[in-house]
Amino acid sequence: MRVTVIDYKAGNLTSVLKTLRHLGAEPVVTDGDLSLVESAERIVLPGVGHFVATSRLDATGLTGAIRAVIVRGVPFLGICVGMQWLYAGSTEAPEQPGLAYFTESCTRFAESREKVPHVGWNSLEVRNGSRLLAGVEPGEFVYFTHSYKGPVTADTAAVTRYIEPFAAAVERGNVMGVQFHPEKSGATGLKILQNFLAWRPEGTQC
Amino acid sequence: MLTKRIIACLDVHAGRVVKGVQFVDLVDAGDPATQAARHAREGADEIVLLDITATHEGRQTLLDTVRRAALELFVPFCVGGGIRAARDAEQVFEAGADKVSINSAALADPALISAIGRSFGAQAVVVAIDARRDPQAADPVRQARVFVHGGRKPAGRRAVEWAREAEQRGAGEILLTSMDADGTRAGFDCELTAAVSEAVSIPVIASGGAGTVAHFADVFARGQADAALAASIFHFGVSSARSLKEELAASGVPVRLPC
Repeated sequence: MRVTVIDYKAGNLTSVLKTLRHLGAEPVVTDGDLSLVESAERIVLPGVGHFVATSRLDATGLTGAIRAVIVRGVPFLGICVGMQWLYAGSTEAPEQPGLAYFTESCTRFAESREKVPHVGWNSLEVRNGSRLLAGVEPGEFVYFTHSYKGPVTADTAAVTRYIEPFAAAVERGNVMGVQFHPEKSGATGLKILQNFLAWRPEGTQC
Repeated sequence: MLTKRIIACLDVHAGRVVKGVQFVDLVDAGDPATQAARHAREGADEIVLLDITATHEGRQTLLDTVRRAALELFVPFCVGGGIRAARDAEQVFEAGADKVSINSAALADPALISAIGRSFGAQAVVVAIDARRDPQAADPVRQARVFVHGGRKPAGRRAVEWAREAEQRGAGEILLTSMDADGTRAGFDCELTAAVSEAVSIPVIASGGAGTVAHFADVFARGQADAALAASIFHFGVSSARSLKEELAASGVPVRLPC
């Protein structure tokens, strides 16, 4: 199965590509070839680092192309900053708009005695009915590394607690996002990516 | 709940895992890719591969090793040793590492920290600090000195202030090795680890001195470490990360279990 992976020069894609191949998918990478987005069967938007890096998606026209295929029902998974981009924006780069598929914004963890960034393995509280997280048992661990996070809302598929509860995963329609790194989260992460690859949206045919 | 990480460390020389004391009497301890996969399977939360070859010809061997190890690793994978320039880091990332650990190169050129971080994100840059208490100082722990060349040569920096500078320059984590404790199996230097951990907001990985499970519990509690590195304790099947973590869980340390 072909998966279009978006490269916007935010970190290293090797891990994500390797993991998708391990799961039997054929990743193709685009950093601006819109035809690879328009013809995509599935899209993965990885990314680490600063939210401002997503400005490259606007500059290359990828934002518009992704918006169009999302409307068509193509399954989409954002990872880390790729998930944060699904929101209206982030206080990390207030001038840079996100896709606004989810209307809220991402914010930095509140000042506390705890360290920021939140780095390491933390547990998931999966909400009922998540297709992305099907088969993930309560308390399973995944690997995080981030300082900004999305709020807990009706679209939250899993909650993680660090300083405050935040959205570890979001899911609505054909659009999914994970704040953690499934490609670095052992067997649990592989199961989640497998769910994404196996998921077939109703009423769409690619 | 955020858990304390147990990180398996493999010293690699010329494409093989080696074990020795102070880099002498090296004993072959297997294939790095096989060992890395085994540690991950046995519950390690992360893998660090430290290349001690440090020769030009060794670089290609290392990159092949990293590539092979990364293929079957689905936990964070950090590679250190011989990374002197942003280009070296880039090659290691392309081979499949998630993080690089830099030590003497960062001391020689602190701008290297931000140079790597700009392209690959702060989370990908681990600054390794080898430190010794300074018995002559007013506060031997807080004024512990940084050493290079396997702990033989003073770098002219204090560990706490160097950790702070590394953080400001965009390091994602600090890997702190106590050269006093290293190799003793008598326990981590918890005071030194706490001094560095309190000085920065990024995670501190404690290293050097692990001999028993209680040593790990101690460095997480008193030492305020976010993670601990274990090398020799894992070799030759002495123990596994899983059994270590099960014992830590029993004494109240939050760890990733089952794993």
